[in-house]
Amino acid sequence: MDQNLFLPYPQFKKRYWMEAIKKVLVVDDDPYILMSLEFLMKKNGYDVMIARNGTEALELIEKQIPALLLLDIMMPDVDGYEICRQVKSSEKLKAIKVVFLSAKTKEADIQKGYDLGAALYVKKPFSTKELVKQINDLLK
Amino acid sequence: MNNNIVVILCALFYLGLLFGVAYYAEYRLKKGRSIINNGYVYALSLAVYCTAWTYYGSVGQASTIGIQFLAVYIGPTIMAALFWPVLRKMIRICKTQRINSIADLISIRYGKNFSLAVVVTILCMVGIIPYIALQLKAISESMNILIGATEIGTGLTNILGDNTFYIAAVLAFFIILFGTRSIDAAEKHEGLVAAIAFESIVKLVAFIAVGIFVTYGLFDGFGDIFSKAANNETLNKLFQFTKNTDYTSWTGLVLLSMLAVVFLPRQFQVSVVENVKESHLKKAIWVFPLYLLLITFFVLPIAFGGYLLLGKTGINADTYVLVLPLQNGAKWLSLFTFIGGFSAATSMIIVETIAISTMMSNNIATPLLLVAKNFKTKGDGQLTNSILNIRRFSILLIIALAFLYDKLVAQHFSLVSIGMVSFAAVAQFAPAVIGGIYWKDASQKGAMAGICIGFFIWFYTAVIPSMASTGFVDISIINNGPWGISWLKPPSLFGMQGMDSITHCFFWSMFFNILLFILVSLYSKRSAQEIYQAEIFVDIFRYSVATEKNVLWKGTAYLPDLNSLLANFLGNERAEKLLITYAQRNKISLENKRADPRLVNFAEKVLGGVIGSASARIMVSSVTKEEELKIDEVLNILRESQQMMELNKELRKKSSELEKATKQLTAVNEQLTEMDKTKDEFLYTVTHELRTPVTSIRAMAEIVHDNTDMEEDQKLQFLAGIIKETERLSHLITQVLNLEKYESGKQLLNRTSVQLNSLIKDAVQSIKPLADAKGITTAIKIPDSMFLVQCDPDLIMQVLNNLLSNAVKFAPEKGLVAVSVHNNLDGLQIWVEDNGKGIETGLQELIFDKFFQAKNQTLRKPEGSGLGLAICKKIIDLHGGDIWVVSKLNHGSKFIFTLPAI
Repeated sequence: MDQNLFLPYPQFKKRYWMEAIKKVLVVDDDPYILMSLEFLMKKNGYDVMIARNGTEALELIEKQIPALLLLDIMMPDVDGYEICRQVKSSEKLKAIKVVFLSAKTKEADIQKGYDLGAALYVKKPFSTKELVKQINDLLK
Repeated sequence: MNNNIVVILCALFYLGLLFGVAYYAEYRLKKGRSIINNGYVYALSLAVYCTAWTYYGSVGQASTIGIQFLAVYIGPTIMAALFWPVLRKMIRICKTQRINSIADLISIRYGKNFSLAVVVTILCMVGIIPYIALQLKAISESMNILIGATEIGTGLTNILGDNTFYIAAVLAFFIILFGTRSIDAAEKHEGLVAAIAFESIVKLVAFIAVGIFVTYGLFDGFGDIFSKAANNETLNKLFQFTKNTDYTSWTGLVLLSMLAVVFLPRQFQVSVVENVKESHLKKAIWVFPLYLLLITFFVLPIAFGGYLLLGKTGINADTYVLVLPLQNGAKWLSLFTFIGGFSAATSMIIVETIAISTMMSNNIATPLLLVAKNFKTKGDGQLTNSILNIRRFSILLIIALAFLYDKLVAQHFSLVSIGMVSFAAVAQFAPAVIGGIYWKDASQKGAMAGICIGFFIWFYTAVIPSMASTGFVDISIINNGPWGISWLKPPSLFGMQGMDSITHCFFWSMFFNILLFILVSLYSKRSAQEIYQAEIFVDIFRYSVATEKNVLWKGTAYLPDLNSLLANFLGNERAEKLLITYAQRNKISLENKRADPRLVNFAEKVLGGVIGSASARIMVSSVTKEEELKIDEVLNILRESQQMMELNKELRKKSSELEKATKQLTAVNEQLTEMDKTKDEFLYTVTHELRTPVTSIRAMAEIVHDNTDMEEDQKLQFLAGIIKETERLSHLITQVLNLEKYESGKQLLNRTSVQLNSLIKDAVQSIKPLADAKGITTAIKIPDSMFLVQCDPDLIMQVLNNLLSNAVKFAPEKGLVAVSVHNNLDGLQIWVEDNGKGIETGLQELIFDKFFQAKNQTLRKPEGSGLGLAICKKIIDLHGGDIWVVSKLNHGSKFIFTLPAI
């Protein structure tokens, strides 16, 4: 990873960008859902990072900027909305595509998600095939 | 300079000033800015009570009987306190019934009875005209003192040289000018009232001026006068209160003056008839007594000072007020004082004359005229002038009679004594009026009987003795009684002695008056009209709004007749306008030729305001055909209006009840909506919570299904996860159902005696596999003694299981979980400890909530809490205990719950 930093910028960007295309960060506090999502993303050729809560997620984002953020909303410390807000208000991070994945299915919750700049809001329980297809479309 | 001319000029100038004030007041009224619409002016007009008697007579009294002169001022002061209840009622009655004299008040109250009106009028004339005469006498005497004339002309020998004649003439002119301006007596005599108030100020200022002159000019202040008086033999006696007689006289005089301040025609005129606003009474209640205090303030000093300086000369004490400044070099002051006394006398003459002339013309002259001439209605305003002329004639007559009385009779009497006699005369009205406005059963016959007997006894005990002393009546009647019957002796009727003559007269006349009034009223029948009037008068505050609607008239009347009748007195235009306005306001159709009874009533009322109720009755009945109302009809009408008011009250009550009920309903509605919302929230929460395991089960199942090439151990991992999550799901469902049971109260506690030790041991045993898997040590610290508790073993077991599984979950690898029991004052404390990461303070209460706190809907509870702790809390609550956590971050947690002692 560190080697990339010594490349001239265009190549650095290319390498980084190519790598970034395939990076996905999955955040959910339920271990089984996390496990399932990790498997799905890996199976479809993405580089997966996992976080079990919001704090972990924010730390990981600092280290490696993912192309897509798969976010649960209801979490014990920092909720998904807050993470999205922080990402979208940061110059560095606002290009990251945010996908909410949540059991909150009220119209108001969904609207809030999109208002915060989410690219997609998926309701739990979800279809694995659907989810994968949608993510592929987003990251094309 | 000829003193005579100066004095006359002054008097005329002053009268001119009065004219000016009166004109100005009327001018202001036309502009719409009345100057008499003012509580102070009203109170000052009441001060017409203070006449030349106050000015001259009270000084004279003070020098002979001392402080007792105050009695006639104390009475009105006491009465002032009753102004608001009593006077206000009278004002209300008079305004709504368009009454403008005492005679009218009494006659209308007792069924519009004509004879009562006549009797009252005659009594007023007999009682008051002498009093008016005495005022004239005071004027002429005071004038003579200023001029220096020693002789007072008596008899009619030199009228044209007599100053009083001219004064009387000018006064008559003034009264006619300002008192008979227009026909409607209900219109205010604005100019007159202003002039009277002005005169009250003048007389007060003048009297105080003399007072100050005597006290500080001729002597060295109050102390000086009183100490000198105390040293004087004659005056000394006045400082003491002597025995019983004084108290009786005091009481008598106070009572008498209390009645006089209301029932003297002039007082009734200014306080009731001329009142423009009821609220003015409130000012009068304190301003009037204050005025009395101020004007009597210097009476004693002047009296004493006068006696000390002039007593030896034998001058009439009444005249001290004038003589003192005159003989001590203050000529102008004496002139001013003269004007003050003049003012006092003229104000009395003006108002009394107006009052009595109104009564005379309304109740005697006009009816006589109408009946005698058998009037046919003639046309536009034809009768207006006739009525006005009758009024003017009455005024002239009264002044003339007073003048004659002065010249022929008055020389023999003192100002004060005549005044008292007048007081006693008008006091005879008190039972009929007061009884009339408070007692519904007071009847016309009773009033007539009371007034007549009172009048007779008054005449017998007060007038006859004074006539005897002047030779008009044989003195033997006084000394031996009529026909020699000694206990009928006028000065000591029925043998009562020891009272002064006025108190004696007052006592007996009132005694028989009240006695007959009550007795005859109780035993006499009342006419329909009487009953109706009684109702309205006594309950005036209830009816004053409703009287328009209740009409007590039955018969045939034609609109054109009514119209032309009114037109006779008010002019075509005004009569028509009045009728139309009234009809519009009360929604009466004027199409019909037959006049609505209410219109007839109204016409009679309007006319009554102009020519008196008695005459009005005569006139109206001359153009209508009235049928006699029966008593039942009257009662029916009254009952109807009472029912209306009851209905009104009921309606208002019902509507306020409705309001209350609506408010309650709204509150309950809100409550239900709240509860509905809570239920919805709960449902949403539960379904939300159940989605999580369902999500993971679905995802895992799909993955296994879609990826047949999955590695075996990974496949097993996923399948195990599905099983686990299924368990979790069903566990969650059970918890929710349990919680619902506890919340709704369906769960019944099955209390038995339970051995806590074994319960705890069993719980720890069941958690052991999980603990061992993480290498956690379990410990039980229970003292050896047996702990028997009353509880539901299954439920407490649930609590223990829950707490222990949480503890194991949070404890680190190779950690420690311990259960201990502690004895407490209230019961037992059970502790479940772990050395895990602890719970931060902010969340320590939150964790006992269901799923998450209502306030922050996106913060999920720390992992693993779910519903477990909420259920524990519910169970412990049901047992009447408490559950909480003691914890610090990274220092483990200690869950404590209590079970109350047996």
